Amino acid sequence: MEIKVNQLSKTYGDNHALDQVSFTLEGNKIYGLLGRNGAGKTTFMDILSGQMLASSGDITIDGENPFENQRLTESICLIKEANNFSPELKIKQVLKIFAYFYPNWDQEMAEELLETFNLKQSAKVKTLSKGMESALGITTGLASRAPITVFDEPYIGMDAPSRKMFYDILLDDYQENPRTIIFSTHLIDEVSLMFEEVIILKKGAVVLQESSEELRAKTVAVSGPKDKVDAYLVDKDIIQRTDLAGSSMAYAFGSRKEAEEAGLEVEGVPVQELMIHLTEKKKGA
Amino acid sequence: MKKELDENKPIFLQIKEQIEDSIIDGSLNGGERAPSTNEFAKFYQINPATAGKGINELVLEGILIKKRGVGMFVTEEAKSIVIEKRKQTFYENYLLPMKREAEKLEMDRQELINMLNREDEAHGN
Repeated sequence: MEIKVNQLSKTYGDNHALDQVSFTLEGNKIYGLLGRNGAGKTTFMDILSGQMLASSGDITIDGENPFENQRLTESICLIKEANNFSPELKIKQVLKIFAYFYPNWDQEMAEELLETFNLKQSAKVKTLSKGMESALGITTGLASRAPITVFDEPYIGMDAPSRKMFYDILLDDYQENPRTIIFSTHLIDEVSLMFEEVIILKKGAVVLQESSEELRAKTVAVSGPKDKVDAYLVDKDIIQRTDLAGSSMAYAFGSRKEAEEAGLEVEGVPVQELMIHLTEKKKGA
Repeated sequence: MKKELDENKPIFLQIKEQIEDSIIDGSLNGGERAPSTNEFAKFYQINPATAGKGINELVLEGILIKKRGVGMFVTEEAKSIVIEKRKQTFYENYLLPMKREAEKLEMDRQELINMLNREDEAHGN
């Protein structure tokens, strides 16, 4: 399903949570929606899932507006970092509700995942630890098989082995049942290789949307003697630069080949670093 | 097979190189089945489209062949194609960096040649 965002804004008083944001997500990809706290990620996901109205602009999914749109809401599953389920419900009842709501729901998968994460169907939501609640969120998020599945920091409190298990299961299932998966997370290093495309938000605006492979191909980390680095950077868009005792190190948009020919040491820029520097408050570059 | 990928290099190229390396060193021979996109994606926890891109390029170059419903297979010509390709990039990947480093160290051509000869003697080539 194609998601089209056009001049989307959301304001709370003087605060522009989203400021005329436009982009398109073609669908059937794993997207990384990145940005610092307060960049507007959660606001966007709330509007996308039809739970909030934009102040202006619009968002359409296959041409339709998602707000309180029954056909669309059953195609979108949003798993947040907390409070996905009412505390008084038993896990068994949570599954029932999801099964009723999502037409593609896979009960068998849900039960397998509960077992994988050691969750008992008879347990009440309020008795679960933070990590267990997250595991339940992941279980329902995956088993809903919604054409658009959104995970907003879904693994708070989960330990590293459980997170790894989640990535394994997600990749496996995504290949069997391709769908749009939007990931918003601060644990970028762990998941960046799973992203097919990355969107970076800063203060309610999109600062970057690019396929991960393109991004790796067109950003470089260069280092070498200061004058050589200077010469290379002359016509480049610089992301970040540091100088130390006659040598320089810089992240920039540029080709690996040109940098190598300029006699510089060349590496790639990890997505995590890119996110940090593109969303810093102010930098000379 | 490497245990982890280098996040600093294009991922699809690394997938490609890994298969090529296995073909060159004989761990994957002509006619044998190569790991699938899914297997790579799961093993390295990477996006399947990325793994697929590396594999598709190998298909285009005639190194792998897709057999519908069965998987990817190494072609009979694979090894000679890879070797030919690697020879062409040998200059860029090995000779050029070596020359650059030698220049930095102010080594002249004769010194380089001497070094190569010494290496040959030491390892009996």
